[in-house]
Amino acid sequence: MTLLLSLLKAFAVGGLLCVIAQLLIDKTALTPARILVSYVVAGVLLTAVGLYGPLVDFAGCGATTPLTGFGYCLAEGVKKAIAEKGPIGILTGGLSGTAGGITAALTAGWLIAMIFPAKPKK
Amino acid sequence: MNKRTYKDYASARAAKSDTPKNCLFAFLVGGGICAFAEAIKAGYLALGTEKETAAILVPCTLILLTAILTGLDLFDGIAKHAGAGTLVPITGFANAVVSPAMDSRKEGLVPGLGVRIFSVAGPVILYGTLASVLYGTVYCLCGAGGAI
Repeated sequence: MTLLLSLLKAFAVGGLLCVIAQLLIDKTALTPARILVSYVVAGVLLTAVGLYGPLVDFAGCGATTPLTGFGYCLAEGVKKAIAEKGPIGILTGGLSGTAGGITAALTAGWLIAMIFPAKPKK
Repeated sequence: MNKRTYKDYASARAAKSDTPKNCLFAFLVGGGICAFAEAIKAGYLALGTEKETAAILVPCTLILLTAILTGLDLFDGIAKHAGAGTLVPITGFANAVVSPAMDSRKEGLVPGLGVRIFSVAGPVILYGTLASVLYGTVYCLCGAGGAI
């Protein structure tokens, strides 16, 4: 029952974050790349002012899976690194917090590009 | 016909994008991906994975699945209908890394693939990192545990 509830919360919050982006795409001239950048920066700022942490506690992967969650990891990484090592954490924390995702994407991207043939141009 | 009237003419005849339908698809697919992520997390935790490790493994799993779907040329078909539903979750980031890498491999491994793999990931990582440096600086200046 708790699992079902957490799935529903993830579905609702994650879905809503996607709807906001869809409205931005349909109603403004923002390109998908700009949306991704905006979401990451928004995630950092919302975490900084203390709004995104509670959303992660509530929705779990519904808040961490959208790209705002990438921003959350950057900000949390910085906070943790500063707490552990002092101001040097400003420089080391962000990418430490997101190292897993970035490395996985680059490794998978390189391997897939090596294994699969390029798509024929449509 | 001047530029202005042509723009009006063109936009009046452009296919109207169906916003309510797009939003519904984005909600269902995006929500579905996030619920799927939550289910994977529950699976990892049930296997005895530590919470912090699971928090890293879940997005990595989604990235790997997206990379394979992109490689098999299946991702674009889903993304066409899902719009922001596949773009905003980490799947969109993964696709934006894998897809240009595949397309540019023929141009070489360093100037082609090596550069283009960052064509979307680069700006995302750049501005995300800059924002985190700004946050860290303010956080330190305010004194850790201060206002922010």
